Amino acid sequence: MSAPIKIVLAKPGLDGHDQGAKVVARALMDAGMEVIYTGLRQTPEAVARIAQDEDADVIALSSMAGSHLPFCERLKPLLEQAGLGERLWVIGGNLPRQDHARLRELGFKGIFPSSSRLADIVQFVREQAK
Amino acid sequence: VKTVVNESGIEIRPRYTREDVEASGGFGFIGEPGGYPFVRGIHPLMYRHRPYTMRQYTGFGNPADTNRRFKFLIENGQTGLNVAFDLPTQCGLDSDDPLAAGEVGRVGMAVDTLADFEAAFDGIDLDAITVSLTVNGAAPQLIAMYLAMAEKRGYDVARLRGTAQNDILKEFIGRGTWIYPVAPSVKLVGDTIEYCARHAPKYSPVSVCGYHIRESGANPAQEMAYAFSIAKAYADEAIARGLGIDEFAGRLSFNFNVFGNLFEQVAKFRAGRGLWAKIVKEHYGAKRPESAWLRMIAGGGGGGLTHEQPELNIVRGAYYALIAALSGAQTMALCCYDEAYTIPTEYAQRISLRTMQLLVEETGLADTVDPLGGSWYVETLTNEMRKKMEQTMAEVDAEGGIVKLVAEGAIQARVSAQAYRMQRAIESGEFRKVGVNCYRSDKEEEHEVALHPYDEEDARRQVRGLEDIRAKRNGNDVQNAVSKISAAATANANVMPAIVEAVKAYATVGEITHALAGVYGRYREPVRF
Repeated sequence: MSAPIKIVLAKPGLDGHDQGAKVVARALMDAGMEVIYTGLRQTPEAVARIAQDEDADVIALSSMAGSHLPFCERLKPLLEQAGLGERLWVIGGNLPRQDHARLRELGFKGIFPSSSRLADIVQFVREQAK
Repeated sequence: VKTVVNESGIEIRPRYTREDVEASGGFGFIGEPGGYPFVRGIHPLMYRHRPYTMRQYTGFGNPADTNRRFKFLIENGQTGLNVAFDLPTQCGLDSDDPLAAGEVGRVGMAVDTLADFEAAFDGIDLDAITVSLTVNGAAPQLIAMYLAMAEKRGYDVARLRGTAQNDILKEFIGRGTWIYPVAPSVKLVGDTIEYCARHAPKYSPVSVCGYHIRESGANPAQEMAYAFSIAKAYADEAIARGLGIDEFAGRLSFNFNVFGNLFEQVAKFRAGRGLWAKIVKEHYGAKRPESAWLRMIAGGGGGGLTHEQPELNIVRGAYYALIAALSGAQTMALCCYDEAYTIPTEYAQRISLRTMQLLVEETGLADTVDPLGGSWYVETLTNEMRKKMEQTMAEVDAEGGIVKLVAEGAIQARVSAQAYRMQRAIESGEFRKVGVNCYRSDKEEEHEVALHPYDEEDARRQVRGLEDIRAKRNGNDVQNAVSKISAAATANANVMPAIVEAVKAYATVGEITHALAGVYGRYREPVRF
């Protein structure tokens, strides 16, 4: 049996809305994955460092307060420098449709706006990780 | 007949009779409107005397932008203001702090110094409209700025009304704008209560929030029970300073949520009013009737609104306003239909405001106090909800008290497990949500929601303004005042007098946070599942 998929799930920036992140963390754990939930107030540097230390298969962000683009723009080079450029990057939360193309361009393969279903998130991660 | 159990875990019968009321505890704990235990309302005439205050949550960009929106709402008949601050302000950071990058003015108004309060309330009569500040971690600074701004404009602080949210314990459960560890955070709430009781006795320094605990996954009975446990923690803190319960309890207020089953919600508020009155009178021995009043803003309802078919949220908002009115709320606010997408636009704000106005003007809801009182169903449910709340509060006490449970992350883990179960129940279709798991539409893209634009130039202007103030103010005065804050914190004295002096010298939000964190340290979040 292969090791479970390992996910670092982070709350970027100052956004304090963590209900969704914790719900998604539980769904991923229930699906047999290993989830390292960072808690609130993570800087791009902290997310990259934790993901590197944990050798995460998946780097996941949950953003509800609108600062996803500036955050992801700073995170992208840091993840690449940490040698995590080929890992799966996903993001969920309050993500207006007009920003999806830019998020994809920045390297986020999975984009899960509010109202995404847990089953779809779990399935996507299972299929795309590693 | 299919079994129905409400979210609080009470089984609902298909019909109710007088016998059900008797079996649930009878009609003994209701009283008359304006009389203990205030189940029917805290005033004898309620809305017949004065309709609820309408207070939409508003703020974005810089203080000048927010001032314009305030005036728009006042011109449209809004009767209270509720200020939204951006996340750097709420977390005690200046607009030029590296951690504030990309967040200045985004989800609320940016504040760095007293000058921002002066600009935000320019031309607004603070006697004619009451102002609520939605701030928690940085509440000491922002309360000080509000009082200093009012004093500078010639208002008598001893007569000034207003509210600060300033409920830090719930921030650790949901919402997340904490700064310092749990114990000094509670100490700071005590400082503000004590300072206001002595210097601004009409000002409400705390609005205890069940609201966000509910949003984080609590059921309606837990929402009230946890809020009352938190309110007791603050009351104990104030009493430990030598204040009498009657010196501050009348200025405590509450903030609750309204989404969910209409009858469960109305019973929740009626039961909560009785339970809080009982706690204040019997547990704390209050003598003044006003001390036992559960004064509340009821509204919002964000957790019930949906991303799907957003215009249905206008309909939901109307039902939520109905719930708040049937429950005897003093103040009402509604989440706007577009809030799952964006900071509300002017258009959406006006729809919410008109919804609350329409209820007063067209439906007769302001004519009679507690119109559902005496319903066998509602009275039975009120008794049953009160028992659920009492039971939950007793469990909290048995487990070591709310402060300990919050510090350990135990309440957080409990409500987030419930949020997960609810999400699963929605996805399986067991808990019905229209437009989400039934009556879905394939044509949602026909109703694209207009997004509130974020203006980066506004953020840059805010930083330039801050630099300007730093250059103009008297640096020695600021340094002296800030070192007095550190000294007061070190001596475990009340820090509010020193903070008031500091904001008058145009010390920044971040400088004051830095001084306090130097003594108290910073919170580290316990992550538990």
